[in-house]
Amino acid sequence: MTVITILYAILTMGALGALFSVGLSIASKKLSVEEDPRLIEIIDLLPGSNCGACGFAGCAAMAEAILKGDMEPSSCPVANSESIEKISKLLGLEVKEKVRNVAVVLCRGDRKNQKKKAEYIGVESCLAAHLVGGGERACNWGCIGFGDCVDVCPFDAIYMSPDGIPVVDRDKCTGCGKCVEACPRNIIELHPINRNVFVLCKNRDNPRLARSVCSAACISCGICERATGGEGFKVIDNLAVVDYEKYTKEPILPTDKCPTKCIVIVGDPEKEK
Amino acid sequence: MNLLLVFISAAVVNNYVLTYFLGLCPFVGVSKKLGPAVSMGLATTFVMTMTATVTWLIYYLVLIPLNLEFLQIVSFILVIASLVQLVEMFVRKVSKPLYDALGIYLPLITTNCAILGLALFMVLKEYNFIESIVFGFGAGAGFTLAISIMAGIREQLDIADVPEPFKGAGITMITAGCLALAFMGFAGLI
Ligand code: SF4
Ligand code: SF4
Repeated sequence: MTVITILYAILTMGALGALFSVGLSIASKKLSVEEDPRLIEIIDLLPGSNCGACGFAGCAAMAEAILKGDMEPSSCPVANSESIEKISKLLGLEVKEKVRNVAVVLCRGDRKNQKKKAEYIGVESCLAAHLVGGGERACNWGCIGFGDCVDVCPFDAIYMSPDGIPVVDRDKCTGCGKCVEACPRNIIELHPINRNVFVLCKNRDNPRLARSVCSAACISCGICERATGGEGFKVIDNLAVVDYEKYTKEPILPTDKCPTKCIVIVGDPEKEK
Repeated sequence: MNLLLVFISAAVVNNYVLTYFLGLCPFVGVSKKLGPAVSMGLATTFVMTMTATVTWLIYYLVLIPLNLEFLQIVSFILVIASLVQLVEMFVRKVSKPLYDALGIYLPLITTNCAILGLALFMVLKEYNFIESIVFGFGAGAGFTLAISIMAGIREQLDIADVPEPFKGAGITMITAGCLALAFMGFAGLI
């Protein structure tokens, strides 16, 4: 093969390519489809993270559904209230207030608090560990600690503390719920951001057993229930739960009364009101 | 007479799908309903005819004089890809429902091996310009024929009492096989 041939080859392919691309660009002008300009605007207003939490393939598909009226603008779990308002205005819809949800990790069983029951050697995934023997931490209800939740978060809003328990960055969290789905122990829940009081434990074993595996477990002593006169905390099935209907803001609260400190104020109640 | 032979040979006797087993992906993918199947067939026919025309021009007017036959495949792919883009824009403009129904299969015409196969066969068989166009059109007609027959059968199969293990992909493959057997009957005609 001579240099000339190579040169010709390059030139020919270049010329052909140029020819076709010019043709195509002319055609794309001529054949361009008029799209509802609002569609583009809605797409721009949606978060654009294409996380799929709304059930559509991506933000564009969701925008189409909103435009058609099949979905509400607020059905995007990720969009902030400002952009939802803008979309609603754009379409002349009533603006619906939406309190932002954030993820809360309901467990304090990090490496310091939770006992170790075994050595786990295997795939470093909470789901895998959960399936074989529950991982190396002793509590069968609590965090396994391999961070499946951290891995799935599309917004970098959840990270592992040095002691191995996930921490949610409440500013970054969009409430998409991916971590909730990922956690095999179901210890992550979505709550409105203005809820700040939580019982950070899911252990429903009896007090003695719970205590023996984790120093931060709820031991269902009932002190919180008594301290609020049953109007806020209730011990159900060996676990204290907050009744958010009754437990509004004040009076705060028996957090310091809880002997294992599993009632905790999460976030900043002042700022997040 | 010769042109008629070329047409029939491409459309029926050497049917791309049922004899050469080229382009099976859209053949199975878009043959659930008759409507989209026919449209897919027509889109493919258009691309095939255009491909045959343009590739003939490129091959005989550019590649041969410059001794660049080895660029055959690359340049043919270029042609096909551009044409498919064109068809895609066109379909989108003319009929959005059809565009949605064809979905991913429309861009997939690009990788439909029947089309590249057509261009390569055309060179192999040394057709002249007119014959090539007829050849491309015939191949497209054959594809449309095959995919429409298949879609018709599959629409019937939907309501037929298919034994459980054969449902879905199984019976589709069997049907395609039977069709191919039927088309083998034409072998040797031309
Ligand atoms: S994955 Fe969890 S932490 Fe991350 S944004 Fe979604 S809800 Fe928040
Ligand atoms: S997925 Fe659940 S168990 Fe695993 S680290 Fe996250 S919170 Fe812990």
